[in-house]
Amino acid sequence: MKADTAGKVSRRSPLILAAAGAIILVLLALLPMYIGLYQIQLLTYGLIASIAALGFNLLLGYTGLLSFGHSAFFGIGAYSVAFLLRDAGIRSMELYILIGLPIVAIASALLGYICVRHTRIFFGILTLALSQVLYSLALKFFWVTGGTDGLRVARPTLLAGMLTFTGAGSYQRFVNSYYYYVLGVFAVCVVLMWVIVHSPFGKALQAIRDNETRARFLGLRIRRFRWASFLISGTFTGLAGILWVPLNGLTTPEVLYWPFSGEIVFTALLGGFRNFTGPIVGGIVFTYLKTYAVATTEYWQLLLGVVLVLLVLLLPTGIVGAIAALAGRLRGKERLA
Amino acid sequence: MSILIIQILNSLFYASVLFLIAAGLSLIFGVMRIVNMAHGTLYGIGAFVTAWLVGRVLAAGVPVGLAFLLIPVGAAVVAVLGALIEPTLLRPFYRRAEEYQLLVTFGLLLILEDAIRFIWGGLPITADPLMDAVPSIRVGTLIYPGYYLVVIGVGILAAIGLWLGIYRTKFGVLLRATSQDRRMASALGVNVGLVYVSAFAVGCFMAGLGGAIIVPSQAAVLGMGVDALILAFVVVVIGGLGSLQGALIGALIVSFVRTAGIQFFPEIELAVLYLIAAVVLLVKPTGLFGSA
Amino acid sequence: MILLQTVDLNKRFGDTRACDGVNFVVNSGEFLSLVGSNGAGKTSLVNLISAQLTPDSGRILFAGNDITGTSVYDRIKAGIARSFQIVNLFDWLSVFDNVALSIFSRAGKTARIAAIADSDQDVRTEALEVLGQFGLADKSAVLAGGLAQGERKLLDVAVAYALRPKLLLLDEPTSGVSTRDKGQIMDTVSSVVRAGTVTAVVIEHDMDVVFRYSDRIVMMHEGRLLADGTPEEIRANSEVASILLGAPLSS
Repeated sequence: MKADTAGKVSRRSPLILAAAGAIILVLLALLPMYIGLYQIQLLTYGLIASIAALGFNLLLGYTGLLSFGHSAFFGIGAYSVAFLLRDAGIRSMELYILIGLPIVAIASALLGYICVRHTRIFFGILTLALSQVLYSLALKFFWVTGGTDGLRVARPTLLAGMLTFTGAGSYQRFVNSYYYYVLGVFAVCVVLMWVIVHSPFGKALQAIRDNETRARFLGLRIRRFRWASFLISGTFTGLAGILWVPLNGLTTPEVLYWPFSGEIVFTALLGGFRNFTGPIVGGIVFTYLKTYAVATTEYWQLLLGVVLVLLVLLLPTGIVGAIAALAGRLRGKERLA
Repeated sequence: MSILIIQILNSLFYASVLFLIAAGLSLIFGVMRIVNMAHGTLYGIGAFVTAWLVGRVLAAGVPVGLAFLLIPVGAAVVAVLGALIEPTLLRPFYRRAEEYQLLVTFGLLLILEDAIRFIWGGLPITADPLMDAVPSIRVGTLIYPGYYLVVIGVGILAAIGLWLGIYRTKFGVLLRATSQDRRMASALGVNVGLVYVSAFAVGCFMAGLGGAIIVPSQAAVLGMGVDALILAFVVVVIGGLGSLQGALIGALIVSFVRTAGIQFFPEIELAVLYLIAAVVLLVKPTGLFGSA
Repeated sequence: MILLQTVDLNKRFGDTRACDGVNFVVNSGEFLSLVGSNGAGKTSLVNLISAQLTPDSGRILFAGNDITGTSVYDRIKAGIARSFQIVNLFDWLSVFDNVALSIFSRAGKTARIAAIADSDQDVRTEALEVLGQFGLADKSAVLAGGLAQGERKLLDVAVAYALRPKLLLLDEPTSGVSTRDKGQIMDTVSSVVRAGTVTAVVIEHDMDVVFRYSDRIVMMHEGRLLADGTPEEIRANSEVASILLGAPLSS
């Protein structure tokens, strides 16, 4: 993408970032005291969406690959939890994560191996197609996956079984506890992803994104880097799926269906895929927007499409990008996060 | 033996429809280097429009024979839609990175899929009377719908028509010149904008025709567009994006495999197709006839 | 000492012979200019040496090894680096990161995922040093896409140089660049060659530059090597002069 980068500077002190992050974390931790149960749930979903978007954007924003099939990873994560509960009787959230993550990682590795041999259009086509194969399998093998009815998932135990949620008031306790649980995982994910994109590996990904030829002539093995990025990306999004299903209580093939991939793409675009915090903002904002839109109209997919087109036309750098540009203009010098 | 012939005819029938969709996709890519993610949905719109028109027209007492004319009408509606979409939504993105094109057409996909639901509701629409109007034929001891042969005929005509159009007409020359070198064509006085919107409209016409021609035999349902899109993608992956022969051969391969798959591995027939596509991609990434 | 040698290298594109039985020799530590009219085959030769193209026949020997048929990756690891005629940079990375990446790659550190790139002091120091050599130190935080053309060319060469190759192939490093920037680029390349750290093969059209900086000039014409010698020898060669300059230098 040809650079609108004239005069832009790219440094921001890690200390300032850490401080800002800590403040935001504290604010998020205090929030449940001031908002109702429904809002806490919504915010939890928002954090989960952010994790999915963060993973997705490693592939899009930092590696330059646009995937239309990330619903596959989210769905694999979600269904893994459902299967672990139903077939192995596992109730522990930690085990869901510990066992589910490798499953998602393996799936990402396999799908990635096929997909990263291609770029751009073919990559997009392949990711869409492969995710739809999974969707059709979930529908066809309904005796395994519960078909369109899906599979129910009961409340898990948290912190290695220390916290269980049964009896009176358990719903409120679960929502509150789960919020903090997800917040903790979210914080870890943000830090992990931040380190990844600022590491030499992350720089190499960006180089490959910007100029594949030059990257090759620097001695970088393009395909391996893309594959690794795909693997990490799918795993993060899969983790979001794992976290999502205990809160939702149910997983259906909908989370494998292509419009869901579109939502993930949308969150990255909404927040802005050219910077680190964009997907985080996008995930949270989108969750609220979708809740409002679904409540307002039956044709919210049309609304999503219209907003997507408008975003691409008018606001390609997303919310965060637009704010950054505005702030830069106010400050007289352009900065990139 | 009769069953074998019927399976072959079924495959050819399906291949005709797939060819129409994939050829449209390939034509658009060949000339304009864009992949329209909403292409399958246009096929769906063709099906819905045609079925709806047929229903209205027959209810008004028009004889069934005339109702057949609605098939090209349905396709034409989609072509007009395409002619509106290209200059407004796609042209602003030719200079920008490919990702943006994919995103815009994906947004279009979301919009159009919901638009179908908005206009026609969630229930399937049929155009059975058209299929019933064509006499059945005997295949050995079995009876086979004659309409399927009509579809195969349309497919063959379309293939010939496209080939003639691209390689034997002046417009075809303009298409090929513009696809090879847009700036050069422009410098030579070719109205590139006109060529683009025409090519896009023709591609959309093909998709719409696919929907229009299949709907008498198969109800128009929500989501048919995306299913068709995925299959069309498999066809162009196997046959090569941008190639007319590729669309034809790819459609035949996909169709025959699918028929065999449904016969022997019904649950995973889609997966078998993808396996083939994956193998083709590994061995010859540009497809059998493609040139990247 | 011979660093690079091509033996009967052939490459055709349809009817055009881009390289026709080319026996090209590069000596260690020299600044060699590759000249000739457009279409003479210079870029094709460089592309063959850097593995961007594969030859139809012939061999390429580098530092005593036969590298014919090896990949881009292998050649970079062997010590061949190149810049490009049309500037190829990582536009959305800073100038600093562009150069640092070469160093990370050379040092085999690009797989490091659990460390912050900026905190690697060795790489930092070296990157700033290279930027200093090319006069780009004050622009280190600017995104590469935002540089002026001359600076982009400088950076392009710097990125290749930061790989600390044995052989540096530069494809028209001064085209489209102001005279002052040309001097900067060429002075820097010349000085690192003088320092004995790299051998440079430079495709150039600017004859002033060629005659001022080169130890040796090799001229190609229609895919073949036409002349080979020091600037003085080339100047005295009237056949070369007439092709290059349109008229003999000394009448």
